[in-house]
Amino acid sequence: MTVALEVKGLTTQFGTRNGAVTAVNDVSFSVQSGRIMGLVGESGSGKSVTGFSIMGLIDEPGRITDGQVLVQGTNMRDLKPDAQRSMRGRNVAMVFQDPMMTLNPVLRVGDQMAMAVRVHEKVSKSAAWDRAREALEIVGIPAAGERLQAYPHQLSGGMRQRVAIATALLHRPAVIIADEPTTALDVSIQGQILAEVRRLVDETGTAIVWVTHDLAVVSSLADDIAVMYAGRIVESGTAAEVIASPRHPYTRGLIDSVPGLHEPGQKLPQIPGSTPQLANLPSGCPFRPRCPRATEICATQPPHSGTDAHSVLCHHPLEAS
Amino acid sequence: MTDPILQIDAVSKRFTRSPGVLLKGLDRLTGRDSSQTVHAVTDVSLSVPRGEVLGIVGESGCGKSTLGRIVSGIYTPSAGKVTLDGDPVARDSRGNVDKLTTRVQMIHQDPFASLNPRMKVGEIIAEGPRIHGLIPAKDVQSKVRALLEQVGLEGAYANRLPHQFSGGQRQRVAIARALAMQPELLVLDEAVASLDVSIQAQVLNLFMDLRKQLDLTALFISHDLSVVRHVCDRVAIMYLGRVVETAPANQLYEKPLHPYTSALFGSVPTLGTGRARFQPIKGEIPSPINPPKGCAFHPRCPLAGPRCRVEVPRVVNASSERSVACHIQDGGTGAENEAAA
Repeated sequence: MTVALEVKGLTTQFGTRNGAVTAVNDVSFSVQSGRIMGLVGESGSGKSVTGFSIMGLIDEPGRITDGQVLVQGTNMRDLKPDAQRSMRGRNVAMVFQDPMMTLNPVLRVGDQMAMAVRVHEKVSKSAAWDRAREALEIVGIPAAGERLQAYPHQLSGGMRQRVAIATALLHRPAVIIADEPTTALDVSIQGQILAEVRRLVDETGTAIVWVTHDLAVVSSLADDIAVMYAGRIVESGTAAEVIASPRHPYTRGLIDSVPGLHEPGQKLPQIPGSTPQLANLPSGCPFRPRCPRATEICATQPPHSGTDAHSVLCHHPLEAS
Repeated sequence: MTDPILQIDAVSKRFTRSPGVLLKGLDRLTGRDSSQTVHAVTDVSLSVPRGEVLGIVGESGCGKSTLGRIVSGIYTPSAGKVTLDGDPVARDSRGNVDKLTTRVQMIHQDPFASLNPRMKVGEIIAEGPRIHGLIPAKDVQSKVRALLEQVGLEGAYANRLPHQFSGGQRQRVAIARALAMQPELLVLDEAVASLDVSIQAQVLNLFMDLRKQLDLTALFISHDLSVVRHVCDRVAIMYLGRVVETAPANQLYEKPLHPYTSALFGSVPTLGTGRARFQPIKGEIPSPINPPKGCAFHPRCPLAGPRCRVEVPRVVNASSERSVACHIQDGGTGAENEAAA
């Protein structure tokens, strides 16, 4: 298996009136070809900013201050803007949460998909349309030829998201960053897309970083999981292991607070307090004020422990089972 | 069973979009009709006994929120009627909300949109009771304090503005505002959908505590099957404006009767099952402007027969506690005869 994406020490900061806020803090992970990594976190944890940072889509006042993003061995951050642009869409593509915002409402689906083809390859218009039709067929859109003639508003939400995924697949990129792509969809449509994505990954060998807040989606879709809290990855490992025996108290709390696993009507175990403000983080472990296992030592930066297959950032991790 | 506090009787709601001036003129010339009617809720009957939490589950466009709004008196039904404790919930001839409708309080999805950003939360909570004269002016302060504490906030927060609160805290304020009216029925429309998982658990726990303390009756509208299972006694599943199945929560999750219900359960990813093989429902949700003939689910239903394409299934009682609207439970779909012929 080849490593499609490797992120090393990625740090992204946003300048604010009260000084720099670190949204992504020393984040490292890698994704192999043909695997899906679920990047899980609550709002404000930095999961989406991580996705945007990998794509190099951070605008002022944000700035990637440190780290490497290696796509098939090429560090995106070493490249000039032009060279970066030619990687984007061809080697690494992105699917966003709301396809109505990302598709151009005044262009036919076929026109915008053909445009995406011709940006990177010198082919005729009709050849580009053919490529677009193939891509739509791959993601399971019936009557793909007719759909190319449609405008985005004529498609349902699920169809639009399929178009967005098809567009990302046009150049068979090594990596796709998917930012909450099914959050806005209904469960029955979400189920269809998840099944489709799993099949595509198995067939094409694309690596996917699936950014989401939904643990249930990740547990049934992803091969690996990384859990983010306050800008850091606090736990990572194979999906089966992280879900079955979480070692970070935050991951444990998060999994416990999902209603489906408990006797109906029983009090849900809850994490006290609320997600921290990035501008005002406690020293050391940011989860410290909400953590049942916290001690004095937690005021210092916790170390990585565990194995490569299941690593945790905590002074007092739960026992590995 | 105790007397139902809420009775929904064959309620329908249609929204009609009338065509623009040009189309209207064209219609007059050609004799066509370009107005479009959305059948948001069709022929829904439900009853809720005192103290019960009834879950209303469905995907977008199934009419669950419209139903919630009809019950709250925000929409007037196009047909049928809603009664609360025997009194009809309706607007009077001048369009004013009847006194009765203050007995139903609604909690909305987005606590960022449902609280006035320029009012202090104390004012927000006290506004309803003040206008309706439920508490004497001198007691307002202490009442607001007590309510805030009841929902797990500090009484001193009454002087803060909504932007000073997090999402979970805002939803607590919205709950306090609803409770301030001492409602007989709460309607929660996706009340925890916009909250993070860890915060969602806190708010669900609060709801279950309050429910025990105050013996609340509630409609709990949600698309989240695991949340509904956790907090509801009974569940009604809606599809394209109709209730297709009603059952006590434990029985429904154990053995769904309607093919849509089982398909819905099959397509939801759950924690702890590992890499699932999804059995996603085929096809898209049809448009409520032009719903399919017969059973609305038949184009997506793996078990549909010829009868399903022409005849709308009746709601039949599957047991004393369950009802379902499906031909399979009511004399067959016709597919059996086809196979025999």
